[in-house]
Amino acid sequence: MTQIQEVTLDEIRHLVSERALTGETMLLNMGPQHPSTHGVLRLLLELDGETIVNCIPDIGYLHTGIEKNMEAKTYQKAEVMTDRMDYMNTVGNNFTYCLAIEKLVGLDVPPRAQAIRVILAELTRIQSHLVWLGTAALDVAAMSVFLYCFREREMILDIMELVSGQRMMTTYIRPGGVWRDVPVEFETAVREFLKIIPYRIDEYESMLSKNPLFLDRTVGIGKISAEEAINWGLTGATLRASGPDYDVRKFAPYSGYEQYDFDIPTRTEGDVYARYILHIEEMRQSIRIIQQALDKLPLGPVRSNNYKFVPPPRSEIGTSMEALIHHFKLWTEGFNAPKGSVYVATESPRGELGCFLEGDGGPKPYRVHFRAPSFDNLQVLPKLAKGHFVADLVAIIGSIDIVLGDIDR
Amino acid sequence: MSDLLQTYQQRLLETFGGSTIEHAGDVTVVLPAENILAAARMIHDELGFDYLVYVTAVDYWPQENPRFHVAYGFRSLAQKLTLYVRAPVSGIEPVLPSIESVYKNANWQEREVYDMFGIRFEGHPDLRRILMPADWVGHPQRKDYPLGYEEPQYSFNFDEIKARKPAPKE
Repeated sequence: MTQIQEVTLDEIRHLVSERALTGETMLLNMGPQHPSTHGVLRLLLELDGETIVNCIPDIGYLHTGIEKNMEAKTYQKAEVMTDRMDYMNTVGNNFTYCLAIEKLVGLDVPPRAQAIRVILAELTRIQSHLVWLGTAALDVAAMSVFLYCFREREMILDIMELVSGQRMMTTYIRPGGVWRDVPVEFETAVREFLKIIPYRIDEYESMLSKNPLFLDRTVGIGKISAEEAINWGLTGATLRASGPDYDVRKFAPYSGYEQYDFDIPTRTEGDVYARYILHIEEMRQSIRIIQQALDKLPLGPVRSNNYKFVPPPRSEIGTSMEALIHHFKLWTEGFNAPKGSVYVATESPRGELGCFLEGDGGPKPYRVHFRAPSFDNLQVLPKLAKGHFVADLVAIIGSIDIVLGDIDR
Repeated sequence: MSDLLQTYQQRLLETFGGSTIEHAGDVTVVLPAENILAAARMIHDELGFDYLVYVTAVDYWPQENPRFHVAYGFRSLAQKLTLYVRAPVSGIEPVLPSIESVYKNANWQEREVYDMFGIRFEGHPDLRRILMPADWVGHPQRKDYPLGYEEPQYSFNFDEIKARKPAPKE
């Protein structure tokens, strides 16, 4: 199948400057196995001394063909694969995919399930931002923040384990609701976490926000203006650091986000430091949302009772013939979704995570496409990096918050 | 659906011709592929949709003409509207104009569509493979590209699979 093909400089000649051909500037390969590229990202750098003239990202090292594979599975079974895309936002991926299915087939979700989904999605956002904060600080040589962040992240992963039995790849959100109701310890565990985390966030800020070494490395680095940021399709904190207050949770509220009172923090500088401030601020807003969702967590079922799409409870299978038939049909054949396509977006920690889902009337998705926020955010890297030092490039890659699993899918 | 979006869709249909598809409350405007660049300019400059959400494609193989639909999503952050557009493309030498000159992030998105479906974008500054290796043969997301796994044998497809299976050695 594979042919050996020599890739010479001709292939990329139009991407480097004339000076690279005379040897005046140097072409340097960075990655794919480089600790500061947050995964397996390869960058081809054209350097004039230590200044970046051109930067050519090369992605695809983590491409696993998830979109193709999902076409061969039934709607429910394909969901397991969505966890593995953006491994820092596993709950959010399930969430987006389930919302797309629910829109495609017209399935209602009970209010309790919607609130549980919001709580878990926001916990995942904090968890992802903590990892981001730790690694981005590590990139600019602030070692200790990393260890503190992972300490708090452990608490969130424990909550995930409590509700789903899995720490990261939960697949807890299912089409039509969630897998099962949360255990009784859930509320105490989340409240315990909410009690601690605001002080811990202050602690991280005290280590970084006014740290002169950190400011030197971040202020004025990797700037982008608001108009350009929109035209480049940036979303998430990377966009909001430049000014626009675009957040899918406010733009097109889903799963009851309109009931909660929260702000969309923005900055206007559009540099690495602004993105750092926004990540911190977003964690505080997430805490507000979780607090409100937990206070008015409604009682009731956590799964839709439309048994054409949602498996009936285990207890009914033993006594009800119909429930048994539904259970059997759903787990062998799956449910049929109508012909047509939908697009649903949610706000992932990195920006707009969208799911384009097309059905053909059968039990398997005809086409699934994920609009990955990291994919569009990484695209702008050459523009941000131009004219900066290699060391600053590391800070910029850190600040745009990419997850390679999300980019390559 | 808002009236404003409806008037925009009408305007696109009047200018470029085409039809609409409706599903789950969303209306998708189907425009001729050769007009997609002019349509994108109008959508961006006149209608005020400043943000390109996605570019992707759907393969309707074995149907040949049109075999592909290239799907676009545009968003207007100020007007809070989302516009869905599709362009049908033939299966024989699939090609359509690139909208990279209007929306910068179409660059990688179109590269991904090219890589996965083999649809060429005319006027794209850097149309190389993006996810698959540079020397890869074929376009994986096409429906006639094999997935390479063993299909479970049920009663409804028993004979079909048995005919393909290698027979046990005597």
